[in-house]
Amino acid sequence: MSTLPSHERVSPRDLSARPEHSPDSPLSIHALTVAYQRKPVLWDVEFEAPGARLIAIVGPNGAGKSTLIKACLGLVAPAAGRVEFWGGPYRRSRIRVGYVPQRESVDWDFPVSALDVAAMGRYALIGWCRPVSRAHKRAAMDALEYVGMGELSKRQISQLSGGQQQRVFLARALAQDADLYFMDEPFAGVDAATERAIIEVLRSLRAKGKTVICVHHDLQTVPEYFDDVMLLNMRVVASGPVGDVFTRENLVATYGGRLTLLDEASEALARAARGGG
Amino acid sequence: MSPQMETFISLDLPAMLAGTLAALACALLGNFLVLRRQAMMGDAISHAVLPGIVVGFLIAGSRSTWPIFLGAGVSALVTVMMISALRRVARVEAGAAMGVSFSIMFALGVLLIEQSTARGVDLDAGCVLYGQLEYINWYPPTDWGEFWSAGTLDLIPRQVVVLLGAVGVIALFVGVFFKELRITTFDPAHASAIGINSGLMGAVLMTLVAGATVAAFEAVGSILVIAMLITPPATARLLTDRYSTQILLSVGFAVVTGVLGYLVGAFLPSALGFEGMALNIAGTMTIVGVLMLIGAIFASPSHGVIARAVRRRRLARQIARDDILALLFRLEEIRPDHAMLDDQLREATGHTQARAALRELVSRGHVERTNKGLALRDSGRALARGVVRSHRLWESWLVDTLGLRADHVHQTAERLEHLRDAGRPIEPGEPGREFDPHDRPIPDRDDPETPRSGRE
Amino acid sequence: MNAPLASISDAASQAPTLTEIVRTLTLTAGFNAKVVVLSAALLGISAGLVGCFALLRKRALMGDALAHATLPGIALAFIIGAAFGLEARSLAVLLPGAAIAGIAGVVCVQLLVHHTRLREDAAIGIVLSGFFGLGVALLSYIQGGNYADAGGLNTFIYGQTAAMLPRDAALMGAVALLTILASVLFHKEFAIVAFNEDYARTQGWPVPRLDLLMMGLVVLVTVVGLQAVGLLLIVALLIIPAAAASFWTRRLRTMVILSGCIGGFSGYLGASVSALTPRMPAGAVIVLTGGVVFLLSMLFAPQRGLLAEQIRTFALRRRVAREHWLRRLYEAQDRGGAPVSIPTHDLVSRGLGLGSVLARVDLRLSGLIEVSGAGASLTERGTREGARVTRNHRLWEQYLMTYADLAPSHVDLSADLVEHVLSPELIDELETALRERKALPERLPDHTEREAGGRP
Repeated sequence: MSTLPSHERVSPRDLSARPEHSPDSPLSIHALTVAYQRKPVLWDVEFEAPGARLIAIVGPNGAGKSTLIKACLGLVAPAAGRVEFWGGPYRRSRIRVGYVPQRESVDWDFPVSALDVAAMGRYALIGWCRPVSRAHKRAAMDALEYVGMGELSKRQISQLSGGQQQRVFLARALAQDADLYFMDEPFAGVDAATERAIIEVLRSLRAKGKTVICVHHDLQTVPEYFDDVMLLNMRVVASGPVGDVFTRENLVATYGGRLTLLDEASEALARAARGGG
Repeated sequence: MSPQMETFISLDLPAMLAGTLAALACALLGNFLVLRRQAMMGDAISHAVLPGIVVGFLIAGSRSTWPIFLGAGVSALVTVMMISALRRVARVEAGAAMGVSFSIMFALGVLLIEQSTARGVDLDAGCVLYGQLEYINWYPPTDWGEFWSAGTLDLIPRQVVVLLGAVGVIALFVGVFFKELRITTFDPAHASAIGINSGLMGAVLMTLVAGATVAAFEAVGSILVIAMLITPPATARLLTDRYSTQILLSVGFAVVTGVLGYLVGAFLPSALGFEGMALNIAGTMTIVGVLMLIGAIFASPSHGVIARAVRRRRLARQIARDDILALLFRLEEIRPDHAMLDDQLREATGHTQARAALRELVSRGHVERTNKGLALRDSGRALARGVVRSHRLWESWLVDTLGLRADHVHQTAERLEHLRDAGRPIEPGEPGREFDPHDRPIPDRDDPETPRSGRE
Repeated sequence: MNAPLASISDAASQAPTLTEIVRTLTLTAGFNAKVVVLSAALLGISAGLVGCFALLRKRALMGDALAHATLPGIALAFIIGAAFGLEARSLAVLLPGAAIAGIAGVVCVQLLVHHTRLREDAAIGIVLSGFFGLGVALLSYIQGGNYADAGGLNTFIYGQTAAMLPRDAALMGAVALLTILASVLFHKEFAIVAFNEDYARTQGWPVPRLDLLMMGLVVLVTVVGLQAVGLLLIVALLIIPAAAASFWTRRLRTMVILSGCIGGFSGYLGASVSALTPRMPAGAVIVLTGGVVFLLSMLFAPQRGLLAEQIRTFALRRRVAREHWLRRLYEAQDRGGAPVSIPTHDLVSRGLGLGSVLARVDLRLSGLIEVSGAGASLTERGTREGARVTRNHRLWEQYLMTYADLAPSHVDLSADLVEHVLSPELIDELETALRERKALPERLPDHTEREAGGRP
């Protein structure tokens, strides 16, 4: 039956033979479709993350930004498609992938200190049944100091401000010493000082050759903070370097003409243009 | 009346009535607990009334109703306040707050019972759990003429009267505040915004739950109270999405549970040859209730396991039929002279249902077996055209409207083509083109026999 | 000495002497008492440890469902054991039955949650009452049948510490050892799963298996505790120590250890009291002892206790009131250009209650205001302090106005109280942010400036 047109007979097996998945790319998403109760929330996402870049995932509420991250991390089962990390499945490179969840998903009343949380980034390295050794504690402490939280390491997490909590979670991801980071709205609900601190950390991660993928809400800061951007609204509207992709047309396509947000964005664009970037 | 009938009316009927009324009172209120996701609140309250009951009992020195009611009400109130204080003020997690509160209250009750037995008070821990349905009896006059005299009414067992009152009050509450209960349950914030105090509504609800618990406890014990608060409403929940149907169904289940549960407990053992033995009525009522729930889990027409399996199977069959038809249609498009063999087709579609689907298509005359192989007949071709048209329209839509890449849309369209509206494949939008993104022609819909896809 | 222990219902009625108390508490009061007190303490430790993790995993009430679910297991094990001619009352027969039924209960809750539309609370309620109802019916069947020594099965419902034998104590010891070992070995695994399930999953921890391990430990503790505390109250042993411990510490390791200690202490003290006093059922007394510890913890724990919290709230109110006074006075003075007096009753804000009154005393004592017949006025130091307070207030106000869209997301304390708790660094930051936007308030007092106050 080779006479049948090939594009109408594509099977998942055929797709796996595609050459797009390069082993160098920290993350490649191919034809990823995610559905909640059979209602697709993400259609056919295609994405290749370049190494050593800061990448923003931007889109309106309900665009599936968090879902995309969760699907990459295996927290949500995809309906179709595949996600590969350095050309292999997630399970093989788990330890190289860090995750900073949304702040709302955390039980802040839990009896752990900032240091305990940061140390959790080392748990997978420590392994089953073994206590957290001094060396690992030091690594966690270093991570905390790196984000400027060294002095507050003994505080219970509910006694920290929103920005400080976010920094602790960043420290947890740093303590893991991963090569690829997923961050779900790291800038949500943080103060200006933390925002600056976080972006500094992200930049130094980039300098070390690591890739960071952030769900990001604030269109104004996209050109300033990020190298690449993925515009997402249930589907990838556009992705690539901020300069090429973060255009008015693409934003209109992404946000469906919601004016307030677009104004914000155009202001940001104008500013980026003024800055010569 | 025959002696058997007399025994039944004197001993069984009042007990059955008490059990059923208790189930009814609880189930009515339970609807709101289940819908508000506070089912465990019923559990907590039914445990926590114990110390109040004992204290009321000790003060009154007898099983007179009012002190016990009062005592139980007070301890229920204390518990509810304790739970909400623990949650709000001390920020203890909801489940733990309930667990701490009701177990402390219950322990207190157990201690009080143990202490009071020393003084020869007739209240034991067992009857708190199982109730004393067996002791409810009624000796009505044998002469119907005396039946309506005032004296006869006095003979009606106290528990039945109390439960009747409780059911009345609860039914009145549910009836009068029908829509307020609905809105406070569904959207408390909105309810508050339009001036309905959902906190107060919740408090009244909890008070009534406490009342129902006390009214029911003496007859059926606290375990049946929990079962009846949750099981009939949960059963109804599995069968309907309508608020009023939910309540009516739960009432129905409560009545069936009460009657059937009693009959099973009282008569099943002797019917099975265990002479003179009776099972614990509260236990059998609970079992009957849970069995109905299990029945609903499997047999519910909308949410049941069986219905879902059937729907899945039917859908799989439909998809297999569609795929076979579409495959044959595409083959005809490219090679009109070519036919396919059974095995090739099964392999090509790769469905477990392929064989059955093909048999169905052949028997309905959509597909025929010729000496060359399988071929579409006119009716089958019409159906296939609908499927392929839908597929290609979907592909066009995905590319044009969603902006997906042309070489990526096939798989998605492959799923979408099976969506049906009134038996026909859905067609997204008006086709602005005659060819799909892969330059395959989009077949016309308007053939002499517009296909009605094979759901029948 | 052994008399009070023989049974909880035929106890000697005289009060215990001091010697008896001391000997019971020091475990020298004879063999029975020693066994009972020791077992209860060991059980308390195990339950406290395991319960702590279960509570943090928000599975507190699951333990209740599990405990209730053991009853039919016990009854069935008895029936089956009797059918095979085993000594059906022996724990070796009954406890495995209880464990199997308990696990079945947990599995049923999971099945109901995952495969029906019922929520966890309803599922727990259904399983709890359904299994227990079945158990009650089976017990009545056993009692109605011709089984020897069937009566003892009831003790599993309310527990009977006094009936414990040395081998029971050995069993408790083994379980305590096991739970301690598990809490040490799997401390970090349980912690990460309970704290942040999704994160644990991304790190490759097998969350379902760890949950299973945790529930397995709960089953173990529940089953060995049945005989002592009874299945109705065992959940209290799991929840109360952990909930009490959570008031004292915000460190997981400390909380787990403390929870174990509180559990052990409750068991030890409760069992001792029960052994010394007639008609004190051990299970209930142990739970109530735990309850008292919980209550004391909730009230008096230094950091999270209600008393400490009240004091902190009060201190904040006082501060708010103080700043309110200072700002009102400063603003009046600033407008007039000279010190003014304002009648004190104008300065009292009702919302702050006593805090407002105290603020006045406060301010006078610290020399910030002077109160004369005409009212209150600022001193020189008061003027400076007032300038600072007013400045903070205006900055904050301006910030909220300027960044109306952003501010809520940049600040986590959204209440009006924010301006009273701003740190100097934050104030600087506010100022910088506003200056960048060229949106500094027009009349911004400098806190080093003195003229603004209109020096005499």
